[in-house]
Amino acid sequence: MFGRDEKVSAIRLTAAQYIILGIFLVLAYGLWRLQVMQSDWYSSLAEKNRVRNVPILAPRGKIIDREGRIIVDNYPSFTALLLRDSSRDLSSDVDLIAQGLHLDPQEVRERIRHFAGMPQYQPIYLKDDITPDELAFIEAHRNELPELDTIMAHRRLYPRNGFMAHLIGYVGEVSEDMLNQPQWEFYNPGDVVGKSGVELQYNSILMGKNGSRQVVVNSRGREMGQLAEKPAEPGKQLKLTVDIDLQIAAEEALAGRNGAIVAMDPRNGEILAMASRPTFDPNDFAVRVSRDEWNKLVTDENHPLLNKAIQAQLAPGSTFKIIMATAGLQEGVAEDMHVVCNGGAVFYGRYFKCWVTAQHRVHGVVDISKAIYQSCDVFFYTLAEKLGIDRIAKYAMEFGLGQKTGIDLPQEVTGVMPSEEWKVRNFKQKWYAGETISVGIGQGAVTVTPIQLARALGGIASEGLLVRPHVTNPSDLPPGVIPASNELDKVTVPIDPKNWEIITDAMAGVVNPGGTAPSAHLQGIDFAGKTGSAQTISNALKARLGAKGKADFKDNGWFVGVEPRRNPEIVVCALLEEGEHGYLAARTVAQVIKAYVEKERRQPNKVAQADKKLEIGAVWTAPDEDGTDPDSLHGGRFLIDVEEQRPPLAIAAPGVN
Amino acid sequence: MSRYISFRDFDWMLFAFVLLICGLGVLEIRSATMHTKFAGAHIKQLYWIGAGVGCMFLMSVVSYQKLLDGVHWMYIAAVASLMSVMIFGQRYLGAKRWVKMPGGGHLQPSEWVKLILILAVAKYFADLHQKELSWTDFIKAGAMVGVPMLMVLVQPDLGTALTYIPIALMGLFLGGLRMKQALAVALLAGMAMPLAWHVLKPYQRERLTSFMQPQADSQGSGYQVIQSLIAVGSGGIWGSNNGSQTHLSFLPVPQTDFIFAAFAEEHGFVGALGVLLLYFIVLMRLTQNAQTAPDRAGTFVVMGVVAVLSFHILVNVGMVVGFMPVTGIPLPLMSYGGSSVLFMFLALGIVMNVRMRRFVN
Repeated sequence: MFGRDEKVSAIRLTAAQYIILGIFLVLAYGLWRLQVMQSDWYSSLAEKNRVRNVPILAPRGKIIDREGRIIVDNYPSFTALLLRDSSRDLSSDVDLIAQGLHLDPQEVRERIRHFAGMPQYQPIYLKDDITPDELAFIEAHRNELPELDTIMAHRRLYPRNGFMAHLIGYVGEVSEDMLNQPQWEFYNPGDVVGKSGVELQYNSILMGKNGSRQVVVNSRGREMGQLAEKPAEPGKQLKLTVDIDLQIAAEEALAGRNGAIVAMDPRNGEILAMASRPTFDPNDFAVRVSRDEWNKLVTDENHPLLNKAIQAQLAPGSTFKIIMATAGLQEGVAEDMHVVCNGGAVFYGRYFKCWVTAQHRVHGVVDISKAIYQSCDVFFYTLAEKLGIDRIAKYAMEFGLGQKTGIDLPQEVTGVMPSEEWKVRNFKQKWYAGETISVGIGQGAVTVTPIQLARALGGIASEGLLVRPHVTNPSDLPPGVIPASNELDKVTVPIDPKNWEIITDAMAGVVNPGGTAPSAHLQGIDFAGKTGSAQTISNALKARLGAKGKADFKDNGWFVGVEPRRNPEIVVCALLEEGEHGYLAARTVAQVIKAYVEKERRQPNKVAQADKKLEIGAVWTAPDEDGTDPDSLHGGRFLIDVEEQRPPLAIAAPGVN
Repeated sequence: MSRYISFRDFDWMLFAFVLLICGLGVLEIRSATMHTKFAGAHIKQLYWIGAGVGCMFLMSVVSYQKLLDGVHWMYIAAVASLMSVMIFGQRYLGAKRWVKMPGGGHLQPSEWVKLILILAVAKYFADLHQKELSWTDFIKAGAMVGVPMLMVLVQPDLGTALTYIPIALMGLFLGGLRMKQALAVALLAGMAMPLAWHVLKPYQRERLTSFMQPQADSQGSGYQVIQSLIAVGSGGIWGSNNGSQTHLSFLPVPQTDFIFAAFAEEHGFVGALGVLLLYFIVLMRLTQNAQTAPDRAGTFVVMGVVAVLSFHILVNVGMVVGFMPVTGIPLPLMSYGGSSVLFMFLALGIVMNVRMRRFVN
């Protein structure tokens, strides 16, 4: 028994002290484990908690024309983002977000899933170009939906009404399929890239490099400060060889029709204009295009997304006769050839009609020159028979038919230039000589693209100088960028000057009285060219379809025109689908040529630039005093007082602003 | 039993260490609440500490022996107050813990019950004169603590209820607990576990599961645990210079139960270990006072305080370093809160009381 003052067991008190010591050692170990051993891990977690990467979107480079006028610009717009590093459970907010942003909740979930494999700090792009009320929704729900944010982006502003749409192309978000391809492997989901045309071809130049800001946020996602900023590198400006004035003329010439126009400088291959119809508005693509709209575009039987200047492969029809004429003359077959056209002839046991029978006429005796400007089929049937398919194919191939021209635009097609070898390779069949006859007038298996035809006929008019068409000059590209082809390859197919004159003079005859397109004649302009009307189905089939077939399968109208006739400055090829007749295409081309010449004449020249009196020499043709020789050459010197009589600098031409 | 009482015998050293801990607490509350809606809490905390110090001096003047003599009345009052909570209590955040006072304040009786239990247990065991504890005494002592504990448990306030256990355990241990009885306690605890799980409210179960697997629900109940671990871990050895977890309010309500996490983030392993050392010094000083107590009752009283303080530190710091589930037990002297501060200073007042009467005639 203990007394009242008996002490408590000292051993137990000491034991209690040791127990306390033990507790403290355990706690100290706990601190050591967290703060020393696993400190780095938890620091990184803390960093992730508070540091958020906010991208700064780089504006895409502008696209300007050859004179520096802006074709494609950017405008600021807001994009709704979903931030995932705020470590919230997003799925519960999806419905509210979808409602506020007028999206389909299922689509939002799909996007979240699509981005699941990406690093957490990368935000999901929810909706582009949001409206002011959607922006207000986001601002009003900063506390309830801290994961929702906006970012200012520079969006593409394309010309309206599909102007130049096919050449420029459009941009869009890089797709999952694209990311699986090697050339897109360094891109991230959500990146906006070129999808077609120049936007695709020169994406690496136009596309800038996104920057980023590292911002400190609190637990509600509110920005509290900024740690670092990596500025965005804007995309570089791209200068095209296109002339807006000419493009306007081309677009207007095509208005209301289906087809394509391409205008090129045959001296260097610079594309001056390129238009295709029907067209589309790339502004619809700048914002994420809806599935319905897209389906409408891709299923449209007129293929609005197709750039027909480089992607339509059709029979060239009579325009092919220029190739035939060149081959015939160069081979020495055609020069002295005279054929009597009675509206048709029999070759290899089959009767081939000349187009002229439709007008209940005949061509009569035809030489090479008349065969071109009157486009006599019988002459070229005969020539084709004499040359044989391989000699035709040799020339056609030399002038680039059935091959890509190498233009710096994506998805150019090749077309077909048949030959014996081609038939064997593709059909495991022998070439029948009868097939050659149709090829002679650009029918049969021959298919070409407008750009091929422009290059070939422009080349022949340039005495055989063939250039690679291009929409940008390598010298205009920023240094370090390798253009599609390193050198602007020029090839010369020698043409005898005598033959060259015959062909080009005959081409000038086409747009003069007696030619196939006299209505396209341009007063005071040395305009030359060749019409073509290509059947889309064979005559036999057309006969079987009857009246309906005639309406549904109208001929395609072609025209390739040059100005001036020899060593032209410009070659324009027009394709009018279901245009029925080449002369309609010729008028289309004439409009563009006229716009070109008028613009050239308006350019301030030496006279306009001088500020004092100027002495110039000139030669001109005029009738003699007695009026006998209409083309006699005169010469003289003139003193022009510039200060007194300044020629007008600009005359507003129709269709050119 | 009248003696000369002098504040010369007051444990000034213990008081200094306690104030040092309180000071660190106030600084950390200030830092943690600076940019939140709780800004200015450290000033309120200073008032509470001032009031606490006053209570402590008052408590030290009244003889603890006199207090012990009337402890059975206090015990009855304590049980009655808990009863009144059960009947008239204010429901707040899903629990009845507070009684509205006529003055407009709130009273949480379970804190004072703790103090009364320390005295009651001390009185009970001090009056036992056997070297070894009999089974009847064992059961009686258990019941003495168990009844109020169950009443707090149904409030429900698991955290406070748990803090009664160390009082009983310390009393039993120092009162001569036998090996068999210790085994019985262990067995009882083991049996209580599944029963307790059954009794636990869903949010309490959640806390336990989130303690086991905090990542399972990182946004819900696991959030506090994870953010606390991140805060402590990112503090490193010397502390995180920006204290982002606390200052960017990733760590919820850091000024109360998670004050140690906030402190550990800002001052690192070195600072946190320093605070632990301060607490250890205080506890050792207290046990020393227990040893020098004039009688068994004094020893039991001081060791009761030691038990409660140690338990609070173990559970709170254990929670912060991820060893213990979230129970809502504050860190004494540092956590913001009037009840907690007042309780600690009253408890210290009793300790001083005992110390000042150590020189028995």
